[in-house]
Amino acid sequence: MFDTTYHRAASVADAAETAAKADDAAYLSGGQTLLPTMKQRLASPSDLVDLSQIAEMQGISVAGDTVTIGAGTPHADVAGSTDVQNAIPALAALAGNIGDPAVRARGTLGGSIANNDPAADYPAACLGLNATIVTNTRELAAADFFEGLFETALEEGEIVTAVRFPVPSRAAYAKFPNPASRYAMAGVMVAQTGDGVRVAVTGAGNDGVFRHEAMEAALGTNWSADALADVSTDADDMLSDMHGSAEYRAHLVGVMAKRAVESA
Amino acid sequence: MTKISMTVNDKAVSRDVPDNTLLVEFIRENLRLTGTHVGCDTSQCGACVVHVDGKAIKSCTTLAASVDGATVTTVEGLANGKELHPVQQAFKDNHGLQCGFCTPGMIMSATDMIARYQASGEELTEAAIRHELEGNICRCTGYHNIVKSIQDAAAKMANA
Ligand SMILES: Cc1cc2nc3c(=O)[nH]c(=O)nc-3n(C[C@H](O)[C@H](O)[C@H](O)COP(=O)(O)OP(=O)(O)OC[C@H]3O[C@@H](n4cnc5c(N)ncnc54)[C@H](O)[C@@H]3O)c2cc1C
Ligand code: FES
Ligand code: FES
Repeated sequence: MFDTTYHRAASVADAAETAAKADDAAYLSGGQTLLPTMKQRLASPSDLVDLSQIAEMQGISVAGDTVTIGAGTPHADVAGSTDVQNAIPALAALAGNIGDPAVRARGTLGGSIANNDPAADYPAACLGLNATIVTNTRELAAADFFEGLFETALEEGEIVTAVRFPVPSRAAYAKFPNPASRYAMAGVMVAQTGDGVRVAVTGAGNDGVFRHEAMEAALGTNWSADALADVSTDADDMLSDMHGSAEYRAHLVGVMAKRAVESA
Repeated sequence: MTKISMTVNDKAVSRDVPDNTLLVEFIRENLRLTGTHVGCDTSQCGACVVHVDGKAIKSCTTLAASVDGATVTTVEGLANGKELHPVQQAFKDNHGLQCGFCTPGMIMSATDMIARYQASGEELTEAAIRHELEGNICRCTGYHNIVKSIQDAAAKMANA
């Protein structure tokens, strides 16, 4: 790992200010993506601004039909929260299947969505549940936040501080994990929301997380796995790599979507 | 350089280290506690698992500076003098190791999962143990005796 200068931020404002003063700063949350990347010398920030001790970015609250999760909340806390388990069980279950227990103890919601790995789980939850991403400067709909492979709408220095999830009437997430990495080969969040049926797919698309409109239309008229029998997924839009071809992933998306609907 | 202070295995320690020092380097190279192992450079094998403020984490994927002030337990901190911790004893009794390289991480993950399951009252089934061991790789045993060791330890700790 290259040299770097570590700063522990006390507040969101302090973090933004420290990062702005540095040459080439990176925010550090759980470090479960950034540190492996730095160890491989694929990233070499001059400064690390640690967000993990910022109290205002921690914790989970439920008010009315909205679950708000601080961006610094580790996956294990989301998985173990009785509030999340009661309000959006699909979200608690999704968080409980990210990586392994040690990754879940440190990795955070904010770090995961800021990174926007095309095989990460949380982007499917945010897009599928129509979440609002709250940053230190603005609020964005999930649909406007995720912009392709590892790309988001975040500006230089912008910090994700929380995510607001509207409570769906029902939802479920089904994931086919890569047996080695545990990241999704295909992960599908299906939800009946105030905004209609939403289907968000991660792990499979060649442009990152996406909404599956044909599935949404089919489930909108008939909420059942059978309704998906004739809905196809275009292999031209899928990732193809050593773990699976585009055709394989296109098929997997259909299988995961059916499993999700059956368990919702 | 940053001065890092922690409580490691009940002892207060403090060292000046470069900011990019990983917790596992701090533990092995500065504190000379070499029970914690490094088995990969991709954060996947779990040989480096230690407890930080009561939670099992990968010390190869944590900066020492980011846990400045924390309470850390490594595998060296489990035994009570010559008396092995029940999880260590169970690995010995059930042949839960062959070469032993993965064992420190297995034991730290096992003590963490047993504590979490016993606190929540949920049953630590064989399937749950296998799911919990997702982040701990063993190249020797085929896992069966590791799972048996954890079941044995959990049963003895429940009756303790
Ligand atoms: C072995 C292993 C298995 C994994 N398996 C899975 C899996 O199955 N599914 C899955 O989804 N993920 C998986 N992950 C990734 C894990 O969920 C990470 O925790 C997550 O992707 C990043 O979160 P973090 O808090 O660790 O972020 P960090 O690594 O600290 O940061 C990641 C990036 O986001 C930036 N950043 C961090 N926080 C913020 C913020 N609040 N605002 C703006 N930018 C920020 C950082 O600068 C950095 O660029 C796995 C990781 C490992 C090591
Ligand atoms: S050495 Fe930490 S996970 Fe392999
Ligand atoms: S006993 Fe050799 S790696 Fe597990």
